[in-house]
Amino acid sequence: MTAVVIDPVREQRADVHPVPLSRVINVELRKMFDTRSGFWLMASIVITALLTTIGTIAFAPDADLTYYTFAKAIGFPMTVVLPMIAILSITGEWSQRTGLTTFTLVPHRNRVIAAKAISSVAVAIASMLFAFVIGAIGNLVGTAIAGTDMVWDVSLAEGANIVLGSLLCLLTGTMLGMLIRSSAGALVTYFVYSLLLPTVAGILATSQQWFQDLRPWVDLNYAQAALFEGTLTAEQWANVAVTASTWLVLPAILGLRLVLKSEVK
Amino acid sequence: MITIDSLSKKYGASTVVDDVSFVAPAGRVTGFLGPNGAGKSTSMRMMVGLTSPTSGSATISGRRFADLPNPGREVGVMLDASAQHAGRTGREILTIVQRMMGLPGSRVAEMLELVSLTETEANRRVGKYSLGMRQRLGIATALIGDPAVLILDEPANGLDPAGIRWMRDLLREYADQGGTVLLSSHLLREIEVIADDIVMIGKGRIVCQGPKTELLQSAGTVARAADIYALKRALDRTGLHTTVSDDGALRTDADPTRVGRVAHEAGVALIELRTADGGLEEMFLQLTADTQRERADTQRERKAA
Repeated sequence: MTAVVIDPVREQRADVHPVPLSRVINVELRKMFDTRSGFWLMASIVITALLTTIGTIAFAPDADLTYYTFAKAIGFPMTVVLPMIAILSITGEWSQRTGLTTFTLVPHRNRVIAAKAISSVAVAIASMLFAFVIGAIGNLVGTAIAGTDMVWDVSLAEGANIVLGSLLCLLTGTMLGMLIRSSAGALVTYFVYSLLLPTVAGILATSQQWFQDLRPWVDLNYAQAALFEGTLTAEQWANVAVTASTWLVLPAILGLRLVLKSEVK
Repeated sequence: MITIDSLSKKYGASTVVDDVSFVAPAGRVTGFLGPNGAGKSTSMRMMVGLTSPTSGSATISGRRFADLPNPGREVGVMLDASAQHAGRTGREILTIVQRMMGLPGSRVAEMLELVSLTETEANRRVGKYSLGMRQRLGIATALIGDPAVLILDEPANGLDPAGIRWMRDLLREYADQGGTVLLSSHLLREIEVIADDIVMIGKGRIVCQGPKTELLQSAGTVARAADIYALKRALDRTGLHTTVSDDGALRTDADPTRVGRVAHEAGVALIELRTADGGLEEMFLQLTADTQRERADTQRERKAA
């Protein structure tokens, strides 16, 4: 019925080479954009960045029109959206059942997960560079409109800290995706993790002295928040390292084990 | 060639796949037949590494699936045509697979043509596809890497009669060129139409396996004649065991050729002479009935509880 030739007999295939990781990363990046939901999630990063910049110019007091204000205003919605992208990239394989194809094309699931994590980080870094650029434009335009002096108050080190803080948020998404493997479940857990827990911890810290002392060592959100506020002391770096190991690295290792062992149906 | 060796899968106390062994040779279409819940899909998932077996092994041309460097180029897999992101277009799904395997972009259009999906259909989201279109897309995904082995779970599901004939011709040609095809079905008719060899499974165990012609033949012959008792006497004289049923059909273990010859020599005019399809069908019906009875029983128990 058709001219297409199928030639199944090549038991000795000389032209079959292992799938390089770069190709898996490439495909996983594509899969983040090629659905309507994926596209709008990405688009929302750009849209919210523009909206917050305009909002900052319109509503922020003239004295606050500094680069830091812009960078922070643009960065906040990103710390919400980026983890969602990281979560959906992983959970979709189970929730949408595309894993049936993905994991038969790349049977070593750790490579797929690695590719997804790398793609998510790449998207995050690109988004943040975009945020810094939009923030700079906002700062130029905003100060010009308000007639105030331009203030460039984000050093390279501080910028790097903001990037690191956002990446920790993003990787929390990756971790939850592996651990839970269901889109709805992982998204809900992420919001509990990032919105509800800090509130509870905050209430506990104001009423219990012992917890206030302990908090920087057990509350990832609290330790991480310092990254967005400037440069860190040695103790604050230790706080970040300890809380990230407990709340990010350990669950991620457990999650990866579950991903490798779980049945894909 | 697919080699399955003592494959078993247990979930807690229940055994879903129980010591399954068979070989799907190159150049033939092997039909994996069994009622729903017999363990076909679990077995197939174990073959491609999506489920880890409790014991036993499955190899493709002598290698474990996980050891294949670029599995899509060697094994075409379709386990569930509906397991796709509903928001992607058919073309996009093929493109993802084409890129992952490192194939030239032209393969996508070739495959769409092969499975007769039009431009418009290919650019539509698969959420809007009919089951038949999804199956065609699934076949395209399985074939795009030009693999030597095909593993297809219920590929004829949702296809119309013309679609089933198309699939049969496609798989026939593929096997005739030396490809290995393993396909499952819960319908005996489908398997009869497409497969060369049959592996029948029930409750996780293999019930029977062999070439289709042998399995069908072993059932004997059904014959009708103008004078059925004259035919029975003639056959009895040659030492064959015969039975005549109420509806006037004669059954015997001998093959149709022999019955025809005896009738000719005895001068009995035959009205009907055919291979009794009883054996395989009976066995299959038995399997299906057992499963259905169990299901009815558990439902009754649930109601009682």
